[in-house]
Amino acid sequence: MQIHIPTPLRAFTGQQATVEAQGRDVGEALEDLVRTHPPLRAQLFNADGQLRSFVNVYLNDEDIRYTGSGKTPVNASDTISIVPSIAGGCAGASLGSAGRC
Amino acid sequence: MATTVYAELNNDEILRYSRHLIIPEVGMDGQRKLKSARVLTIGAGGLGAPVGLYLAAAGVGTIGIVDFDVVDFTNLQRQVIHSTADVGRPKLDSARESLRAINPGVEVVGYETRLTSENALEIFRGYDLVVDGTDNFPTRYLVNDACVLSGIPNVYASIFRFEGQASVLALPDGPCYRCWYPEPPPPGLVPSCAEGGVLGVLPGLMGVIQATETIKLITGIGEPLKNRVLLYDALRMRFRELRLRKNPECPVCGTHPTIRKLVDYEEFCGLGASAAIAAAAAAVAEGAEIPEVTATELQRELEAGLAPFILDVREPHEFQIGRIPGATLIPLGELEKRLAELDPKLEIVAQCRSGVRSLKAAKILRAAGFGKVRNLKGGILAWSDEVDPRVPKY
Repeated sequence: MQIHIPTPLRAFTGQQATVEAQGRDVGEALEDLVRTHPPLRAQLFNADGQLRSFVNVYLNDEDIRYTGSGKTPVNASDTISIVPSIAGGCAGASLGSAGRC
Repeated sequence: MATTVYAELNNDEILRYSRHLIIPEVGMDGQRKLKSARVLTIGAGGLGAPVGLYLAAAGVGTIGIVDFDVVDFTNLQRQVIHSTADVGRPKLDSARESLRAINPGVEVVGYETRLTSENALEIFRGYDLVVDGTDNFPTRYLVNDACVLSGIPNVYASIFRFEGQASVLALPDGPCYRCWYPEPPPPGLVPSCAEGGVLGVLPGLMGVIQATETIKLITGIGEPLKNRVLLYDALRMRFRELRLRKNPECPVCGTHPTIRKLVDYEEFCGLGASAAIAAAAAAVAEGAEIPEVTATELQRELEAGLAPFILDVREPHEFQIGRIPGATLIPLGELEKRLAELDPKLEIVAQCRSGVRSLKAAKILRAAGFGKVRNLKGGILAWSDEVDPRVPKY
C-alpha cells in the first residue's frame, strides 16, 4: 500500500511524497518502510522501537491509536499517512519543525 | 457566543457589506453577529496577516492582536499586513494601521507582549474565538490549554515549508491540541538553518482558511473543521482530511483533567532552565570545546598566505547565494560519507550561515580524528559584517 511521507522526511525518501510498502498491518508496513529507507528509523521510532510521540500515523483518515496502533490491519488499497506535529512559523528540520525565521 | 443581542448596522455598513448581506446564509443576522464578535489573533505574522486582513474586511467588530515583535525586512516576503515602510516598527502598530485602513469600523485591541502562562487567561477573557498563528511549540500548547480552560475555541493552523494543517480545536465537545499531539517534539531536533524557509504564499492560504472557519463559527453557517484536520500540500496542490478524535483521557480536556491551570510550557517542551543546565553539563562532558575563529581573524590568515581549508557545510542553494572565496562545499548531511575527500593534516575551518551547523560539522570532524579543526564564529553572516559586505546576508 502507499505511505504518505510528510515534507520533513522526504529528504530520506529521495524527495518522494509517497512510498510503496508491504505488510499485513501498519506495524509491518512501517517496518518495511524503514527497512528500505534506514535513516527513517531514527526519525519515526525511539530507542525502544516505539513510534515517537509527536508523530501520528493514520490508516486512511483514522488515527491508528484508535484502531489498534501497529496491529491495525491493512490491505493493498489502503493509505498510511505519517503526520508529524508542525508549529511553523518558518523554520524546521527533520521532525519537530518550529521556530522563528 | 455569549451575547444574543447583536449590534445594529448603519447604512454605511449595510453598503460596505452588501455582498455578504445578499447571500441568504449570511444576511443581516450573520453580519450583525460578525460586528458583535470579538476574535483574538495570536501573532501578526505569516498566519496572522491574512487572518487579520480578511476578518477586518469581513466586519468582525473587535480584533485583538497579540504580538511583541518588530517588522523585519525578511518578513515582507509573506506577512502582507506589513509594508516596506513598516520595517523596524512594532508589528502591532503596522497591523493596526492596515486593518483600520481597510475598515475603520473595526476596533483593534493590541497586546504588545509575549503570551505567557501569567497573562494568557487574562488576555483571552471576553473573546469569542482565538486564532492561533504562532510559530513555536511552547506557545501552541499554551494557547491550547488557555483556550480549553477558558472555554474558547481555537482556530488552529500551522505550516512548514510547503505543507499546512488546519483544524478547529477546543470546541465544547471536540478535541484539543493535546488530544492530537499529547507531547511536543524534543528540542534536540533543533531546526537546521538550511532546512528552514517557507513558501510565502503558504501561510497566506492557511490564514484565509482560518479566517473562513472563524467567520463560519461566528455566523453559524456551514460545517467547521471539527473533529477533522485539513492537510494541504502546496507542491502537489492536494487537500486531504484526517479524522481527529477527542481523547477522553486528555489531561486538559478529557473527562478527568489533571491540568487545571497553565503550566511552564518551555519546561514542557524541554526548553526550560533545567533542560538548559542539563545541556550545558552534557556539552562539558563531551570534552574539549571546538576552538573558534572570527571572520576578521580568518581574513588575516588568508591574507598572510596561511591558507586554511575553508569547509562550507551549507546546502548548494545557499552556496549559490554567496560564499567565502576559496571555500569548498560539503553539505552537513553528506559530511560523514565524504570524510575521505578531506586531508586530516590540514587546518580546517568549518563554516555555515551563522555558525550552528558548522559547529556540528567540526564535532564530526573531531570525532573522526581530524585534529586541527576550528569553527567560524557567526558564519558567513559574520564574514559579511566584518570582512566583505558584498557577500549577501540572508
